[in-house]
Amino acid sequence: MKLLPYIAKRLLYSIFVLLGLSILIFTLSRVIPGDPARLALGPMAPQWAVDQLREKLHLNDPLPIQYIIWLTNALRGDLGESIVSKRPVIEDVITFFPASFELVIFSTIISIALSVLIGAMAGRRANSLFDNLVRVFSYIGISVPTFVWAILFLFFFGYIWKMLPTLGQLSTEFTRPPFITGMMSIDALIVGDLGAFIDHFKHMILPSVTMSISRIAQDAKILRAGMIENLKKDYITSATSFGVPESRITFKYLMKPSIIPMVSIMGMEISGSMGGSFIIETIFNWPGFGRYGMWAMLNKDLNAIIASVMIVGAFFALINIVVDIIIAYLDPRIRMVERSA
Amino acid sequence: MQERLLEIQGLHLNYKVYEGYLKVLNGVEFNIDKGEKVGLIGESGCGKTTTMRSIMRTLPSNAVITAGKILFKGKDILTASMDEVQSLRRNNISMIFQDPTAALNPVFKIEEIFSDIIRFSVRTSSKKLTKDEIKLKAVEALKAAALPDPERILQNYPIQLSGGMRQRVCIAMALISSNDLLIADEPGTNLDVTIEDQILRLLGNLVNERGTSIILISHALGAVKGLVDRVYVMYAGNMVEVAKTDDLFSDPLHPYTSNLFKTVPKLTGGGIPEAIKGRIPDYFDPPKGCRFCPRCDHAMPICEKETPTFKDMGDKHEVACFLYS
Ligand SMILES: Nc1ncnc2c1ncn2[C@@H]1O[C@H](COP(=O)(O)OP(=O)(O)O)[C@@H](O)[C@H]1O
Ligand code: SF4
Ligand SMILES: [Mg+2]
Repeated sequence: MKLLPYIAKRLLYSIFVLLGLSILIFTLSRVIPGDPARLALGPMAPQWAVDQLREKLHLNDPLPIQYIIWLTNALRGDLGESIVSKRPVIEDVITFFPASFELVIFSTIISIALSVLIGAMAGRRANSLFDNLVRVFSYIGISVPTFVWAILFLFFFGYIWKMLPTLGQLSTEFTRPPFITGMMSIDALIVGDLGAFIDHFKHMILPSVTMSISRIAQDAKILRAGMIENLKKDYITSATSFGVPESRITFKYLMKPSIIPMVSIMGMEISGSMGGSFIIETIFNWPGFGRYGMWAMLNKDLNAIIASVMIVGAFFALINIVVDIIIAYLDPRIRMVERSA
Repeated sequence: MQERLLEIQGLHLNYKVYEGYLKVLNGVEFNIDKGEKVGLIGESGCGKTTTMRSIMRTLPSNAVITAGKILFKGKDILTASMDEVQSLRRNNISMIFQDPTAALNPVFKIEEIFSDIIRFSVRTSSKKLTKDEIKLKAVEALKAAALPDPERILQNYPIQLSGGMRQRVCIAMALISSNDLLIADEPGTNLDVTIEDQILRLLGNLVNERGTSIILISHALGAVKGLVDRVYVMYAGNMVEVAKTDDLFSDPLHPYTSNLFKTVPKLTGGGIPEAIKGRIPDYFDPPKGCRFCPRCDHAMPICEKETPTFKDMGDKHEVACFLYS
């Protein structure tokens, strides 16, 4: 498989999907009842002001025209203005997206590390005590909703044991590092403010662990199942019969084929965390993109709604391309099929 | 006097499954001398693979050995420490698995699979090998298995090779660590008959050159005939007959053996058809005495009660059947 043409092909598909998505969300946002101009200005505003705003937002034009206007502007990087924040939406995106991204990345690192460790240990020693504990954890982790974990963690770690900060991104005694990437941990490191970095890091732990629980449960379960399945394969018996040490067999010959199904659902999980982050961001008072999108919906902030959906959609497309590339790298069988296709 | 390499004594093995125990191996007796070539034949499901995996100590996790010894150069493999077992696997015995496609890890290049085998097969006394030395050894092994362009094959994934090439790759792997004994479990069975023939001949030549002992399990009776010194016949968890190859084919004693030969087409390469009446017993509840009893035309009252053991008929011909006691 030639990597570059493959990526190009996938990007091209994604563009069509995103165009479709934009038409869908655009139409939906315009046909739901309620006048966004009136909502923006409030019930006390005079009618002429509302009419003026409707004109400015092109709300009186036919729908296709409105869409074309939106699209041409969007392609130039102009996503319109938010009627709530009164700023260009793109600025809001730049402000809020990195904070969510930071949480998602951090929770992904936690998920991968723990699910590989737990899944591999449970899979290699199926039906041991540890394995049974993992199975119980998996059931609980998958079935208990995220907000319940959030509340439990808040309660125990925040209020009872007071081990970790529960709200916001930074304690008041630290000054916010300048906005460089928007991910505070990285910004703090760039300016060399170690105190702020550590404090921010502590703030990240509860929300990202909460975000990871169901993913760890799911991923560990999949990896465990893969390892148990593959442990019976002749290639493992063969490697054993040549005297390859057990640890090497587990972490090399068994891990690589077994981890592929886990990686393939990871794209979904990561974009799911991004799309569903508003609950966690709301509970932990994290100024992120999920909360922003939530506010946009509640206030019928059209441009902000469309932008939120499109950004999450684009993120979804990109992550899945990355995941597919990783899988093609891990599994030569997929590469060979791609080549002949 | 020949030197005894491996001896299996009274090996009993059960598989634990959900419903209970499958009593598969029922006192296997087997031996092979240094440099000897021994064939092993028997219907599918008789326990041939299970017996070989017992030697390698690579049994499935639900296997339980209940009795018996496996002596390699006089030392019991079954009670050996893990270090000793690893050393045997790395230096003395190696096994070629039934299905070469399943035996090659699909997500690794041939070179990676070889490197580890070579790295760990180096005798403990010698120094660590460099990358180049490892590669050289891999190329040599592939060449010995008559594979063209070994450099390219090392860079391939198993999926890029044909079935015959995969089989040869498996043979090449086994050559690295089989200084004393090579176990070949139905090599080439899944391949075209002519390729199977080539594979068997290749194996024969390799062990002849190296003076390695070989246990060759095969359905291709015609090919086995030309390759091995002695043949064991296995039925439902027991060795029922063993003899020098020519004697066994010209003068089979056990009713199962003669049935086996009768059903085989006279041509070379014909497999064992399902033509013997009846089937191998249910291992949950196998016959108490001779396990062949339900299918045997010569069964006598004693056959239902007692298990026949090997009786020496002279000139290395042994048979486990009450007709001969
Ligand atoms: N892991 C296992 N669990 C339960 N039964 C098994 C297992 N492996 C093999 N068996 C059974 O043991 C018997 C002997 O199998 P095997 O040794 O593979 O025979 P052969 O190699 O002669 O065809 C068969 O009935 C098979 O179904
Ligand atoms: S022992 Fe009896 S039943 Fe078994 S093969 Fe011999 S004659 Fe047949
Ligand atoms: Mg078999």
